[in-house]
Amino acid sequence: MRKQLANVGAILRGFSITFSYMFKKKPTIEYPSRKKQHAPRFHGLHELRRYDDGKERCIGCELCSSACPANAITVIGAENTPEDRHSPGERFAARYEIDQLRCIFCGLCEEACPTDAIVLTPRFEMADFRRGSFVYSKDRLLVPPDAGIGTAPDERPNGIPSDLGLVAEVKSTMDPATGYDATHRGIILKTQRRGLAE
Amino acid sequence: MDAVIGVFNAAPLWLVILLKSALLLLVVVTTFAYAMLFERKILGWMQLRPGPNRVGPWGLMQPAADAAKLILKEDLMPKTADPLIYKLAPFISLVTAFGVYAIIPFGESNGSVWSIGNVNAGILLLLAISSLGVYGISLGGWASGSKYPLLGSVRATAQMISYELSMSMSFVGVLILAGTTSLSGIVHAQQSMWFFIPQCFGFLIYVITAVAETNRTPFDLVEAETELVGGFHTEYSGLRFGSFFIAEYVNMLTVACIATLLFLGGWNAPFGLTIIPGVLWFVLKVGAFLFFYMWLRATLPRLRYDRLMAFGWKVLLPAATLNIIVTAIIVAVRG
Repeated sequence: MRKQLANVGAILRGFSITFSYMFKKKPTIEYPSRKKQHAPRFHGLHELRRYDDGKERCIGCELCSSACPANAITVIGAENTPEDRHSPGERFAARYEIDQLRCIFCGLCEEACPTDAIVLTPRFEMADFRRGSFVYSKDRLLVPPDAGIGTAPDERPNGIPSDLGLVAEVKSTMDPATGYDATHRGIILKTQRRGLAE
Repeated sequence: MDAVIGVFNAAPLWLVILLKSALLLLVVVTTFAYAMLFERKILGWMQLRPGPNRVGPWGLMQPAADAAKLILKEDLMPKTADPLIYKLAPFISLVTAFGVYAIIPFGESNGSVWSIGNVNAGILLLLAISSLGVYGISLGGWASGSKYPLLGSVRATAQMISYELSMSMSFVGVLILAGTTSLSGIVHAQQSMWFFIPQCFGFLIYVITAVAETNRTPFDLVEAETELVGGFHTEYSGLRFGSFFIAEYVNMLTVACIATLLFLGGWNAPFGLTIIPGVLWFVLKVGAFLFFYMWLRATLPRLRYDRLMAFGWKVLLPAATLNIIVTAIIVAVRG
């Protein structure tokens, strides 16, 4: 009998929990209209940068292509000629294609690039209807001539580029002291590291 | 207003009934639509989600979007289905669900009750119509020619018959106190005290059995997603599925109306607050009961099937019988 009464008590407590949750603040970020703040070095869509004079940084060396663990990058280089000069060096990328369906956004292409030409931006909205449209060629990767030189990997902005929308008013997930994501996982990692230090 | 009533009095009876039915149908369908939105919102909030809020302000056009979606869906029928019964079943559910509203009174003014028909054996007719509703579910599952719906409909038959028994028994206590089977008569008998106070036991039994009767969590074994895909309506799509869906929600509304009429004093105002009209009190009580239903769904997990049956037959039925006996003795002793 006492056990049965305890069960009834448990049910009533369940009711009180669901009722109180009704008035709690919802953690939902209503995505298309609001976006979550990203970590500063978030790996998103690639960008091919330019020099200040508007010349392409890419010299068509194919190092990114060979560094790519997913074989997502295809580079076909060509010689620059005095009449048709694309980059300051001898060669440039005549074709530069990244298959975003193969890409794992690891950023090894960025590490491999000797001229800092390829950079992963924080852009992440790449949804489309056809498979073919996920193969990004130079027309979509290269920074347009009138849009500046692109962002260097070490000065990448924290969060979402302003043209992508409104950032949600959530508590900053960044811990300024460690630069670490202070979400649940981040906190666990921090405590683990503290444990190692002691 | 008097002119309107005058026209009403002069019109032939069939026309009045037709108009009342059309109006009531409109009210019930709209209530269904917004009860569904309300439920999705409440469930969302209780699960720390905002609930539907994309269609219209505050998601208020969601029911219209849902309706458009259901109408445009393809109407599928399995090869193995029995075509006539398969197509008939959703309508049986729908007709019995709406049929009940012919006799439910919503309010009273100048001594006349607001209902399509004020039947003196109202509660019996109500039980009779609502127990026909199980045919829609069990025939639909059976005629689908598929195993999950069959299991669902077998469960439905067993569950609804065993819980209907306890539900009817929980009414008897109220009938003894009121001394009438007329729904408006029962409401009149509650003017001094609502029956959920002397019949608290009966009310508890009614609330539990009502959840089982409408196949809702925690007694939704008929359509247990985790075990039976969609239960009896697995093979249904489009408007036919929609009919079952509407029937379920309208039944929920019916059950809330019955709870209000039999136990919560109908359109009687509490604490002498007669400034607020009776119909509004009725609506408020029904709304509170519906909220409780949604709260229940958000809180409790589904029962195991054998426990459901054991609970129905070994706990609820004896409890309901005991309630009748004790009520009868008390009423007899006090004269």
